[in-house]
Amino acid sequence: MNERIHDLQTPVADAGTGFVRVGMPVSRVDGRAKVTGEARYAAEHPAHDLAYGVVVGSTIARGRIAGFRLREALAVPGVVEIITHENRPRMRSFDLFYKDMTAPAGAPFRPLYDGEIHFSGQPVALVVAETFEAARYAASLVAVDYLPQQHETNLMSQLARSHKPKPLKAGFSPPPDERGDAEAALLAAAVRIEAEYYSGVEHHNPLELFASTVIRGEDGHLTIYDKTQSSQNSRWYVSRVFGLGKDKVTVRNPYVGGAFGSGLRPQYQLPLAVMAALQLRRSVRVVLTRQQMFSLGHRPETLQRIRLGADRDGRLRAIVHEAVAETSCYEDYVEVVVNWSGQLYACDNVKLIYRLVALDQSSPMDMRAPGAAHGVHALEVAMDELAWALRLDPLELRLRNYAEQDQMKGLPFSSKALRDCYERGARRFGWARRPLAPRSMREGSELVGWGMATGTWDAMQMFARAGAVLHADGRLVVSSAATDIGTGTYTAMCTLAADALGLRLEQVMFQLGDSNLPVAPIEGGSSHVATVGSAVAGVCAKLQKRLFRMARRLHNSPFAKARFDEVEFAGGGLRLRRQPSVAMSVEEVMAAAGEAAIEEKYLMLPKVLKQKKYLRATHSAVFCEVKVDEAFGTVRVTRVVSAVAAGRIISAKTARSQVSGAVVWGISQALHEETHADHRLGRFMNHNLAEYHVTVNADVRDIDVIFVDEDDRVVSAIGAKGVGEIGIVGVAAAVCNAIFHATGRRVRSTPMTPEKVMAPGGDVSVSAAL
Amino acid sequence: MTPFAYHLARDPADALAALTAPGGNIPLGAASFLAGGTNILDLMKENVARPMRLVDLNQLALARIEETPAGGLLLGALARNADTAYHPLVRSRYPLLSAAILAGASPQIRNMASNGGNLLQRTRCYYFYDTGTPCNKRSPGSGCTALGGLTRLHAILGASEHCIATHPSDMCVALAALEAVVHLRSARGERQLAFADFHRLPGDTPQHDNTMAADELITHIELPPARHAAHSAYLKLRDRASYSFALVSVAAALALDEGGRIASARLALGGVAHKPWRQPEAEAVLQGKPAEPAHFAAAAAVLLAGARGEGVNDFKIPMARRAIVRALEVAAAGTPGPACREEER
Ligand SMILES: Cc1cc2nc3c(=O)[nH]c(=O)nc-3n(C[C@H](O)[C@H](O)[C@H](O)COP(=O)(O)OP(=O)(O)OC[C@H]3O[C@@H](n4cnc5c(N)ncnc54)[C@H](O)[C@@H]3O)c2cc1C
Ligand code: SF4
Repeated sequence: MNERIHDLQTPVADAGTGFVRVGMPVSRVDGRAKVTGEARYAAEHPAHDLAYGVVVGSTIARGRIAGFRLREALAVPGVVEIITHENRPRMRSFDLFYKDMTAPAGAPFRPLYDGEIHFSGQPVALVVAETFEAARYAASLVAVDYLPQQHETNLMSQLARSHKPKPLKAGFSPPPDERGDAEAALLAAAVRIEAEYYSGVEHHNPLELFASTVIRGEDGHLTIYDKTQSSQNSRWYVSRVFGLGKDKVTVRNPYVGGAFGSGLRPQYQLPLAVMAALQLRRSVRVVLTRQQMFSLGHRPETLQRIRLGADRDGRLRAIVHEAVAETSCYEDYVEVVVNWSGQLYACDNVKLIYRLVALDQSSPMDMRAPGAAHGVHALEVAMDELAWALRLDPLELRLRNYAEQDQMKGLPFSSKALRDCYERGARRFGWARRPLAPRSMREGSELVGWGMATGTWDAMQMFARAGAVLHADGRLVVSSAATDIGTGTYTAMCTLAADALGLRLEQVMFQLGDSNLPVAPIEGGSSHVATVGSAVAGVCAKLQKRLFRMARRLHNSPFAKARFDEVEFAGGGLRLRRQPSVAMSVEEVMAAAGEAAIEEKYLMLPKVLKQKKYLRATHSAVFCEVKVDEAFGTVRVTRVVSAVAAGRIISAKTARSQVSGAVVWGISQALHEETHADHRLGRFMNHNLAEYHVTVNADVRDIDVIFVDEDDRVVSAIGAKGVGEIGIVGVAAAVCNAIFHATGRRVRSTPMTPEKVMAPGGDVSVSAAL
Repeated sequence: MTPFAYHLARDPADALAALTAPGGNIPLGAASFLAGGTNILDLMKENVARPMRLVDLNQLALARIEETPAGGLLLGALARNADTAYHPLVRSRYPLLSAAILAGASPQIRNMASNGGNLLQRTRCYYFYDTGTPCNKRSPGSGCTALGGLTRLHAILGASEHCIATHPSDMCVALAALEAVVHLRSARGERQLAFADFHRLPGDTPQHDNTMAADELITHIELPPARHAAHSAYLKLRDRASYSFALVSVAAALALDEGGRIASARLALGGVAHKPWRQPEAEAVLQGKPAEPAHFAAAAAVLLAGARGEGVNDFKIPMARRAIVRALEVAAAGTPGPACREEER
């Protein structure tokens, strides 16, 4: 389906935007719709006869539901139904049907399936009423009797019962086998460091709450506006869980207010809303509360231990990186935490271990740069510790261990401009002026420190289809069931298409966010531009050829003798490269050929055989300045320079926003974010945005983003890699290393809150030079 | 959220009558006043507060800030926190109050929050906010879940075995140091409460944050004539640079004589107890002394006497000690310029 779907309210660039080229800084085509409130999010779609569902969550972490006392709640005027596991509609019984496209190994959680409680906050009932207010009030009156069982949510007390994870998750590779003999090399190394690094739980907290509006058509067809990173993943899930034909369900997500990985899997409000719609045969909306957002997945609490051995000149002899992370009791959520340590630096002896502890919590979930955000963090802090042990500049240490090729199979990198990142980032930051010793710089009551770190992430590509319809009036509609979670997909795809056909940006519409559109992967893993973008480029290339053929065949065609490679698409149509005055606009060609519209389709399959011959990754170098008042442990990040090598940059402005936003999140990871569980209750307690601290404007000062030139035609036909995750990797490490440089104290636990940073005991001069 | 009735009060008498009327069909304590709504509405959404009726105070003529005959200032209970902080007389005479208010919450919240509401904001103890857990302050007698739990934000002074919560306000710390007086009105008449007597320690009745009666309305907050404008400082230590509650905060104010000796000292702490923490003995230590770190440290020791952490929050003790010294030092050097510019509103 490639024709325009009017209900989607697909945004178009403002009139007058004009011609654009790939790589230009283009303002978001969806920007106006978003800032004016015109853009409708999942909870904002109107429906006739809509009922409202409010979720009731479990207050225990493990046990069984003994029964419900619902009389009071049912008596609230306007309440239509209270759905529990006792009266829900039919759901499929095999685990397989509950596995969405990114599910890890295990038995996925099934909301309201039975009376078992697996985690605190688990949905146990859905109150449906004629108004949201009635549903919410009645939900507060639902009384649940539990038969609690002993729960365990404390990773740190359960390390001993860790297990080797089942690796079955798309995109996951288990740690490779040991390379060389790491323990022996460690023993023989002239210089060794060893340390443990702890990272607490984080929750995604996109601004938009998870919500699903299920609109039931007269024929029973369900059109679902869902907050998800893939409309097709949600449709697949709903069809399978409820045994509905794919043609009976359409899922849409034209606007998504952030997700950061939390929308990679269908969240429980989706099946709950569908359940209610099926049971009541009417349209239903379910929106989670901010508090309930803390019952979804999270970045898993992780403990890591790193041992490094090096020669006196800083050459790495051994790396041992071990990680233990938590998962739920029903799935083995896995992410790549330690593998980076075998890839980032040249080293012959590497041992990597990754284990899980099953706890009575909801399954963790991918969160921006899953695994790398804390895995590379630990490695990069350890490298800084090693640099100081060697009295070597931390950047110099990295250069001495620069990996020129893949360490496991000896494959070359498809492209790797990390050296340029180091060089340009360091120059912009002024790194050369850094004194080696900690506690060397002071300003008033604050110590000043400079730190750096390397970042890396995979450069992936999936397969995708795209369709395109070019109209006689020069309008181009390109379609794919892609997603824009705020990353700039609309803008990047419109830019690619407009550039390809030489059209004005406002002539191009990129239609995404409907499960009926041509197949696209889930928006995740920083692969969307490389994947969907290549499909868009592919379908536009077909249109170019078709237009050219049409033009050449015209009576008295100015292109009669031209070859395809002699024309270019620019200025609203095609023209001869050598003689640009010989030109025809798209409208002229279409009119002359008597076509109202032409359509093309394209299937983009990654060139797997070629790709397998290379290691494909993005890289970054992050430099950071902090000011620390060590009497109180307060840290200000005053300057960050992030130099990124991520292939060809398609949409410069949105790409830059991705990286600067990721730097902000890196600061947040470093200093602020943590969800605290009370393990006696097995429950996360700071479940609101007043107490779950994310970095605010006042915490953010200068952020400077540099894109280093790369153009990688192995990763994608358009030369792009991806910028979604790379921006956060290494930021927290750079902050940690800067804190060390400022204070001489190494904080090995994130977030680095004041009590961890502040000078212990009475040895601190409070009245530091005011 | 529980359904509730709504009444827009015309004047103080109407507001007070509406607490139980019409016809006295609402028991005393079951109605709540609504001012800026930045706290009460959140509490209602989380089912922590379930008033049967909201009595909206926003039409009352209590939003003015005016001078008193005695040379002090009368702050209307309905004056917004932002309007108070940026008021020229507050800024020039009570920069400590201005700084404390601006150290709190966010510009948006300060624009809504009222002075009366600020005094009555409830604790930020995680358990108090989560109806899935027992809490003596929320439901008396159910137990204190914070004990032995997540206590990073909790008290190090004046706590009891029934509650270890802190009062979260910044404004109140300055008001305590400035010896403000709270003006109350009820059907029984008007009365005034010294700020030190307004908030209370939890004891075995942590459900009561203060000594106000259920049928009283705050009409004004009175500031006595200013003595410390030239030498005051509000130091707030928190997890991020804005929009978070104090781990520890200090309001310090000094009056120095011609010889640079301390003629008068005021010192109050926030984030450490169930009420703004002030001990006249700590201030007495400074009386007549030169403004020097050794004396500041001595005052800190007295103010923090008996401080006890819960483990997780032990860091607050050295943090508070250092903060007191630093704040006194800053105050002695002269009140810092405005922390926040007018344009930021
Ligand atoms: C996310 C967040 C962060 C915050 N951070 C800070 C911070 O860092 N520092 C800080 O100090 N504060 C902070 N606050 C709290 C804020 O200052 C208070 O919520 C605000 O001052 C309350 O005032 P209000 O007018 O909105 O009160 P309301 O919410 O309207 O009322 C609060 C209570 O006071 C009662 N009440 C109000 N006026 C009167 C009156 N005249 N007489 C009798 N009773 C009355 C109401 O019945 C209610 O019980 C924060 C709040 C939020 C939501
Ligand atoms: S500290 Fe006070 S507010 Fe917190 S749980 Fe205990 S009783 Fe409730």
